[in-house]
Amino acid sequence: METYTFLRAFADSWHLLFMFCFFIGVFLFILRPGANKVHEDTANMIFRNDDKPGGGNTGPSTASHKDPKEAR
Amino acid sequence: MWDYLKLAVLGLVVVVAAVAASMARDLAYLVHMLVIILAAGITFFWIIRRIGEPVQVASQNEYMDGPVRYGVVATALWGVVGFLVGVVIAAQLTWPQLNFEWAQGYLNFGRLRPLHTSAVIFAFGGNALIASAFYVVQRTSAARLWGGGLAWFVFWGYQLFIVMAATGYVLGSSQGNEYAEPEWLTDLWLTIVWVAFLLVFMGTIIKRREPHIYVANWFYMAFIITVAMLHLVNNLAIPVSVFGSKSVPVWSGVQSAMIQWWYGHNAVGFFLTAGFLGMMYYFIPKQAERPVYSYKLSIMHFWALIFLYIWAGPHHLHYTALPDWAQTLGMTFSIMLWMPSWGGMINGLMTLSGAWDKLRTDPIIRMMVVSVGFYGMATFEGPMMSIKTVNSLSHYTDWTIGHVHSGALGWNGMITFGMLYYLVPKLWQRQGLYSLSLVSWHFWLATIGIVLYAASMWVTGIMEGLMWREVDAQGFLVNSFADTVAAKFPMYVVRTLGGVLFLAGAVIMCYNLWKTVTSSPERKPARAAAAVPAE
Repeated sequence: METYTFLRAFADSWHLLFMFCFFIGVFLFILRPGANKVHEDTANMIFRNDDKPGGGNTGPSTASHKDPKEAR
Repeated sequence: MWDYLKLAVLGLVVVVAAVAASMARDLAYLVHMLVIILAAGITFFWIIRRIGEPVQVASQNEYMDGPVRYGVVATALWGVVGFLVGVVIAAQLTWPQLNFEWAQGYLNFGRLRPLHTSAVIFAFGGNALIASAFYVVQRTSAARLWGGGLAWFVFWGYQLFIVMAATGYVLGSSQGNEYAEPEWLTDLWLTIVWVAFLLVFMGTIIKRREPHIYVANWFYMAFIITVAMLHLVNNLAIPVSVFGSKSVPVWSGVQSAMIQWWYGHNAVGFFLTAGFLGMMYYFIPKQAERPVYSYKLSIMHFWALIFLYIWAGPHHLHYTALPDWAQTLGMTFSIMLWMPSWGGMINGLMTLSGAWDKLRTDPIIRMMVVSVGFYGMATFEGPMMSIKTVNSLSHYTDWTIGHVHSGALGWNGMITFGMLYYLVPKLWQRQGLYSLSLVSWHFWLATIGIVLYAASMWVTGIMEGLMWREVDAQGFLVNSFADTVAAKFPMYVVRTLGGVLFLAGAVIMCYNLWKTVTSSPERKPARAAAAVPAE
């Protein structure tokens, strides 16, 4: 019972606080300045590498590497 | 060398399974051992026929689409089987004479019902999730699947799990836990397959050539990891004998009930929601040919969904021996879940902003949009039904069944159909689908089927809930249980009809996909398209 009491007390105090802060932290991180470009690039990644894996001459994606479909 | 080791292991499996079969304590266990002998034997001969052939080194510059193709076929076939069993049990509820005397103990409602739920959730939904996860993770990681032939093991191992689960239900091997019916042997096998699935998926993510992990992969990852955790905890059981299928669960009483519904609701939350949201975040933008409406919103959707869903299970145990605070906690988190769910629905629908005209011309987009619409409806209905006062009316009635099916047929079914229509021409290098008008037929049959199903279950559910609580002036109950059963008959007929329409749509889909593969013109090589300059 000792273990239960300890875990129970920990769960609804410090761990609750940790989860709450982590959750808020995730939202703040998503809204950080400068994330727009990253998010835009990631949202468009599905239009690359449709038929073949990347690499070789294509290499990792950069802002300059764009599929014709993205030019909208 | 590696092949000889495989042969030795498979041979050993056959021998051990044969011994276990001879010692079997019950019929289900005996049949499972025979199935294992058959599966291991077939694999044994498949390997031995290929031994000594030159090893083909798979090119890392090609995607591994074999398991995806097989998964697509399995999804379509298991879907039809699952819907068919659903129609049969709907008819059995309507006309109890269909529980034939000669089939008692095998094909009566009680045995077929878990066969239906597992066939549609785990066989149809599970194959759709595995196939689409393998497809999406390769395209969004720009890398071939990790683990060589391990993806094939995942596919065939999962089919073996389905066959073992299905034969077990008919022969009476069941733990009696909803959506977790398979007994210990089948559970252990699924654990092995699932770990292999996780390895293939994570391995591909780790060797990705894109800097970021696309949001769909986050949803797939949450689905794989959480289902593994749920499966292990809820199925902790001690077998009565290694030669029998019966086991005794470790949990008991209200703890057992709570763990079962922690499992059960998160099976909905992570199997039928998170996994299928992964599909939505890839296939809707692809079919609409525009990126997701808000990538930020999609990440918020992900974190909010996984933080809240895990707490919602207790709403299945309102007004039971579960402590009141736990019931209230489950209800509160269920209501909060409404927000991220609708955030995700808005994100999916708004992906079409500026391309709404596609709804008129593209029946596949129409299917996907209706699916997201049903996601929104089911995720509003669910939180509402989790409110204790509403639940006191809706619990144990057919309203719950209606809610589940508007989610399962509408959201999971329609998004999977959309995915199949998108994937089949891609995977078999076809120019397009065989017939778009057959897709429209499928769309309308399925939609009308769902509407008939959900509407009849709302009516019958609320009706029986009100009949159960009706008391006369002296405080006596007015209706006996049999009165409510008799009153439900017309709605049960309508429900069966809805199921028949949905099944007919799926059969049309299978025909259309078959004709797409066999008689649709071949797609020109991608190189020709790449040479066209961007306007």
